Amino acid sequence: MADETKPAPAKAGGRANTKKELPEHFKAYKHVWVAVEIEHGEVHSVSFELLGEGRKLADKRGVELAAVVMGDDRAKLGAAAEACFEYGADCVYIACDPALEHYRNETSTQVLTDLVNTYQPEILLLGATNLGRDLAGSVATTLKTGLTADSTELAIDEDGSLAATRPTFGGSLLCTIFTLNFRPQMATVRPRVMAMPERTEGRIGRIVEFAPNIIEDDVVTKVLDFIADRDSDKAALPYADVVVAGGLGLGSIENFQLVKELAAVLGAEYGGSRPLVQKGWITSDRQIGQTGKTIRPKLYIAAGISGAIQHRVGVEGADLILAINTDPKAPIFEFAHLGIVADAVTLLPALTQAFARRLRVNKMAS
Amino acid sequence: MHIVVCIKQVPDSAQIRVHPVTNTIMRQGVPTIINPYDLFALEEALRLKDTLGATVTALCMGPPTAAESLRKALTFGADRAVLLTDRYFAGSDTLATSYALSMALGKIGADYGTPEIVFTGKQTIDGDTAQVGPGIASRLNLNQLTYISRIVETDLERGTITVERRAETGTQVLATKLPVLITMLEATNEMRRGSIEKALEAARAEIVTWSAADVGIEDLAKCGLRGSPTIVKKVFAPSARSEKAEMIEAEGNLEARANAVIDALFAKAPAVEDDLYAQAVHHYV
Ligand SMILES: Cc1cc2nc3c(=O)[nH]c(=O)nc-3n(C[C@H](O)[C@H](O)[C@H](O)COP(=O)(O)OP(=O)(O)OC[C@H]3O[C@@H](n4cnc5c(N)ncnc54)[C@H](O)[C@@H]3O)c2cc1C
Ligand SMILES: Nc1ncnc2c1ncn2[C@@H]1O[C@H](COP(=O)(O)O)[C@@H](O)[C@H]1O
Repeated sequence: MADETKPAPAKAGGRANTKKELPEHFKAYKHVWVAVEIEHGEVHSVSFELLGEGRKLADKRGVELAAVVMGDDRAKLGAAAEACFEYGADCVYIACDPALEHYRNETSTQVLTDLVNTYQPEILLLGATNLGRDLAGSVATTLKTGLTADSTELAIDEDGSLAATRPTFGGSLLCTIFTLNFRPQMATVRPRVMAMPERTEGRIGRIVEFAPNIIEDDVVTKVLDFIADRDSDKAALPYADVVVAGGLGLGSIENFQLVKELAAVLGAEYGGSRPLVQKGWITSDRQIGQTGKTIRPKLYIAAGISGAIQHRVGVEGADLILAINTDPKAPIFEFAHLGIVADAVTLLPALTQAFARRLRVNKMAS
Repeated sequence: MHIVVCIKQVPDSAQIRVHPVTNTIMRQGVPTIINPYDLFALEEALRLKDTLGATVTALCMGPPTAAESLRKALTFGADRAVLLTDRYFAGSDTLATSYALSMALGKIGADYGTPEIVFTGKQTIDGDTAQVGPGIASRLNLNQLTYISRIVETDLERGTITVERRAETGTQVLATKLPVLITMLEATNEMRRGSIEKALEAARAEIVTWSAADVGIEDLAKCGLRGSPTIVKKVFAPSARSEKAEMIEAEGNLEARANAVIDALFAKAPAVEDDLYAQAVHHYV
């Protein structure tokens, strides 16, 4: 999406697409699909989150929910398919080929566009991860259809179209986007924006094997190596149950240690607002917000963070937000559940001690 | 070697204000900048120019005032600036944008030599989709390399390139054939400073300016709003939460206040108490 809010140029463009006039050949397109993200045999949980959301869309439309899994190890793909059924898929398309061992744009684009052209889904969802964004852009362009990137909300409107809402202009506004006259309607959604669905053990569905039409020798791009991140120093922020974060209000990198100390006592992950990355207080993988990580913890503690909209969109999914800020008018109090007007630099260590005391007492009792 | 870098001129969104009543963007007086992510692409191109000797063309689609951003790119060290501007491009989404840019790239290739590398930024701060790069690559049939953190080697003789790509759980090392489209990851390099002499040169430099017709677009239905399959039906401000934060009014010393915070927390969400115990126990073991 480029300039969403630009007024329609009266003469130049015309508003040909704004009414739903679905061409005849698109009318057969049916069902909701999720392109499942698998890297090194592991299914990315964003795919399950999308199945949860896709289930709701499929039910609203009265159609099937299908998942697409691609890879080179049939046993692993089978296991992934089982998980997809348990998270709500009715059908799983399995594309197994040695050329699909690693994700590559070239091969995955070809397989996914072939699948879409063969089975004609009405809606196609992908995670807004590096892999999903890489793939979605190529697939949408190859199919010449619309794509709403980084959606935060998906719904079906009165006439059955997919309504995808996403932040725009740096998050200051939201906009709802439709693809009325092309199919499939495509959207990407970031990890942790949608809730993880319940898993129904033993739920099963239909498997469709799809033979990819690729020959490795024809594939130009080769994967020479893969250097896995060392899990130890990678922040697991998006999936943490408790997150403690600090902002510019802490005043210095030394004071930021207070955030880490509280996090340590709570067994929590720590993070911060964007300016802290720019100042070098934290690494960019710990930035929370629109251009950082989206989190969904049970408890989020924000100390010295004003609560700008770009920060807010990354934390709104938290069950409980506790804000500590010296300014009673700080925007963060507009969306926090609990707030205290206090100097975080003195309150944080007191909180750390008080928590440590209570949690230790409980441990001895248990 | 010929390298093209796609740069977009964007409003500095840190300074964007939304009209409180009409919910529209107040653009007046908002300064424009080169999309910050595109600077990493431009710097990477300039480094290739330094090491391998390349001509760098900066390409921007936008209103006539976007020439300013192109001059800035010349100041940094680009050799040529191309502005693609036409009222027919207004309202373009990613599909229409990638179409227009790919047509301009076709003409750039014809007039100045086919580029071996086309760079884009990872994403823009106004569109924020990260889709225009992949869109251009698909249209021009270029090998697509997204989220590149490092260019390991460019072998012009063999026509190959090796790069490191940021994948979800690690770094992929990829080798492919030129020509390629690279979307450069942020924070991978630091933009050099432009010199006064360059700035003076840039102020006088010619900005090659092309319309839709100039780049060979015959079917205007592929452009702008008409060429955009996505339709924005509604723009609105995020809703305020119905209930505001419950404020903890704590008196006394710090310890008393800290305890008041914890009491309020556990009263509000008893489940959090159990979770924290479980988590903390786990942590201490
Ligand atoms: C395109 C774009 C994308 C962005 N993406 C993100 C993003 O992903 N994540 C993000 O966080 N930001 C993002 N931002 C930046 C965002 O707009 C804000 O500038 C930023 O979140 C502010 O950070 P802050 O709250 O730490 O600092 P400030 O806004 O400076 O707030 C500091 C707060 O601390 C309080 N304070 C001061 N002293 C104390 C004290 N002793 N104790 C307690 N409180 C104190 C102050 O009252 C104030 O509320 C983005 C901006 C743009 C333009
Ligand atoms: N109007 C434009 N002119 C030139 N380059 C653009 C334009 N729009 C997008 N790009 C390029 O495509 C990248 C991704 O943009 P986006 O898909 O909007 O996030 C940007 O970083 C730019 O390099």
